Amino acid sequence: MEDCFHCGDACNNGVVIHNEKAFCCNGCKTVYDILHDNNLDYYYELEQSPGITPNAINGKFDYLNNDIIIKELLNFNEGDTQIVSFLIPVIHCSSCIWILENLNKLNPNILTSQVDFPKKTVRISYSITEISLKDVVVLLSKLGYEPYISLNDIKKDAKTKDRSLTYKLGVAGFAFGNIMFLSFPEYFEVNEFWLNQFKHIFRWLMLVFSLPVVFYSAQDYFISAYKSLQSKFLNIDVPIALGVSVLFIRSVMEVVLNLGTGFFDSLSGLVFFLLLGKFFQQKTYNYLSFERDYKSYFPIAVTKLDSKNLIDEFQTKVYDLVPDDCILIRNEELIPVDGILKKGSAFIDYSFVTGEAKLVEKIIGDEIFAGGKHSGTPIVILVTKSVKQSYLTQLWNNEIFNASTQNIFQSLTDKISQRFTKSLLVIAFVSGLIWLFIDMSKSLNVFTAVLIVACPCALALAAPFTLGNLLRILGMNKLYLKKAEVIEQLAGVDTIVFDKTGTLTTNALHTISYKGELFSEEENNQLKNVLRASSHPLSRALFHHIKSEVSFDITNYSEDIGKGISANVNNETIKIGRFDFVASESKSNIKSESSLLQTTVHISINEKYKGYYAFKNEYRKGFDRLLNELSKDYKLIVLSGDNSGETTYLTKTLPADVELVFNQNPNDKLEFVKALQNKNKKVLMIGDGLNDAGALAQSNVGLSISENINVFSPACDGILDASMFINIYEFLQVSKKGVKIIKYAFFFSLFYNLIGLCFAITGHLEPVVAAILMPLSSISIVFFTTISTYLIGRKITQNS
Amino acid sequence: MTIIYLLLTISVLVALAFFAAFILSVKNGQYDDVYTPSVRMLFEDELVKPKAPKTKTEPTNKIKTNNHN
Repeated sequence: MEDCFHCGDACNNGVVIHNEKAFCCNGCKTVYDILHDNNLDYYYELEQSPGITPNAINGKFDYLNNDIIIKELLNFNEGDTQIVSFLIPVIHCSSCIWILENLNKLNPNILTSQVDFPKKTVRISYSITEISLKDVVVLLSKLGYEPYISLNDIKKDAKTKDRSLTYKLGVAGFAFGNIMFLSFPEYFEVNEFWLNQFKHIFRWLMLVFSLPVVFYSAQDYFISAYKSLQSKFLNIDVPIALGVSVLFIRSVMEVVLNLGTGFFDSLSGLVFFLLLGKFFQQKTYNYLSFERDYKSYFPIAVTKLDSKNLIDEFQTKVYDLVPDDCILIRNEELIPVDGILKKGSAFIDYSFVTGEAKLVEKIIGDEIFAGGKHSGTPIVILVTKSVKQSYLTQLWNNEIFNASTQNIFQSLTDKISQRFTKSLLVIAFVSGLIWLFIDMSKSLNVFTAVLIVACPCALALAAPFTLGNLLRILGMNKLYLKKAEVIEQLAGVDTIVFDKTGTLTTNALHTISYKGELFSEEENNQLKNVLRASSHPLSRALFHHIKSEVSFDITNYSEDIGKGISANVNNETIKIGRFDFVASESKSNIKSESSLLQTTVHISINEKYKGYYAFKNEYRKGFDRLLNELSKDYKLIVLSGDNSGETTYLTKTLPADVELVFNQNPNDKLEFVKALQNKNKKVLMIGDGLNDAGALAQSNVGLSISENINVFSPACDGILDASMFINIYEFLQVSKKGVKIIKYAFFFSLFYNLIGLCFAITGHLEPVVAAILMPLSSISIVFFTTISTYLIGRKITQNS
Repeated sequence: MTIIYLLLTISVLVALAFFAAFILSVKNGQYDDVYTPSVRMLFEDELVKPKAPKTKTEPTNKIKTNNHN
């Protein structure tokens, strides 16, 4: 079997030989031709088989002729030039970058194009005198780089990148370096002649440099400390803000009153290190979005039909649809609103919604819910509800989707900081009071020195560096978390709720099993020939399942939409389809038995009932072992939208204390999780489809399983690649170990604080001591956490 | 020793110049995508490459994006 020169897939459906190269399909060959004819063969030299098979795009982008829609998509539009950014999920290698940045060689009207690889976007500017936005999109699609345009793209302009942390870090680093430079002379020689003459200018310069650090770089700490005091809760930013302000005020006093050098070096160093920790923790997976709702799934526009003659087509924005409109849905298009099927026969795949890749057949008059994907010949739908009122989208009216109601998580650092701050203040006051009796002039000095030296820089760095590192390690193991704090929350979980379809079962694989009277070889052969004629998805699946030759001619073939197919082969009548369509005699026991199963196809030959094929989603490999492992430490619950058909199988395979709950709609799932939380459970929800979106948002940690991380998953705290599903137990162990590391690091930093306090309380805190102690403690904490997280990380990569 | 005033001024000015350059580069988005440029710089000067195999194909084939819609 040869592999395709363009896309690298095995050529299963015949090889197309062209130019002495093998291609798996005509689509790949066409792309090759386009590139080859335009002298862009370099594409294939950068990487082996870098290409993507292009999808059929007939009429798919017609809505891009509509000026209102175009306007909403463009980033820039003036004179002859338009600039647009697209998300292209298939971008995956350097060849992709190269070809997308050389689009102007394919069409000279494209002026420039620039790829942002981590975000998987391309920014294209083109001249509208010759080509339109649609031409650009069609060109991209023809090359296999089909842009993903969804309802979410409409409000694009509001998103400007927040770079303030980079600026703050830059300012702090700049000031830190310069202040270190200026304070160096005074570290060792205090009474040297020249130094004595010029030290004032040095000190005043340092003061000037420290101003932007305190008032710009450190402002977040003051704001956060203020907020936390308001809510009567001492988070870690309170002692930091206190330390920074005491450092600053005392240093300014020293310089102004000509008492000493001040602690400007420690001050700017402290802020610099803290911001560095924040920056490190801020790893984001740009191309993944954790905030998705239905908007990212839904198209921008649909084809609306004139409601009288059902022929005239025009493109409308999805938001503009109102009840009683008629819309046309083509093959592979998503249905954006609830409606009633008016024309054609629909096969709807609700896998976006339920996580289950199963085609549901609908006939005229049936109700169709938004979120399904249609496959087959075009259908016409009569809209009954607008987008925002649809059954699926209503879930987002639940208050849990308002960010403001999100439960506040109290992190380990904040918990420690409660006690830390209190004891810090006590020590400061007590030692200040004691010095009042020993040496009144030094009392204020000692008081401020305690607050300065105990500023919890290392303490505040422990969590960001540990969690930031773990975030990267987990990312390498294909668990992508939204924020570093999720790891801490993950470690605190005691209950795990699994969705069944799509989570415990796979989306991709079907197991097909046969029950009934066995077929002879000839009958098997006849069956396969009849199936070949049908384009019904179930027929296609069965056709591939049955191993036999394709040889006979069939006659009298007929397909009854929504019921089944029948045909004559060698004078025998074969019927394939629903039970009622196939069986003439009543076999109620078979009927009731098969109705419990998900999807069945019944077969009769010469009006004699033979048996049925059952289609079932396959459970993920090793899921029983995983659940057995997990049940030792966690309470497990399986939550499913399906009927209880598989109870017997599940109770047999799973440990006895796993709770099974069936027939849950999306809202039930959310309420179920909420009820658990009211019982003080910390819930980890693992789900996949949009129907889990509510439960994922409500739970303490919501992980979404995805077969392909470039395909969209609902709003959640983390996305787990399906291939790593069986490693969930290890991931949970890692999160627990991470929390342990943070605790050790806390002891470490408290130890440093104690040393510092000894200096401070005895009244010996020289600026140089503070300037050494602060970076030393911070750097050793960073060192410790990095090494230990690395060791943990190595373990999981070895295990998996 | 008053030369120290001049030296300090120069050192601060140089530092400020670099600082301004940093701010400017952040503003221009240089740090938004730190990966793609590293790949881009490795591309060959692709115009030279395709000349050699060109003899094999008919040169008249040009992709048309306008006529298909």
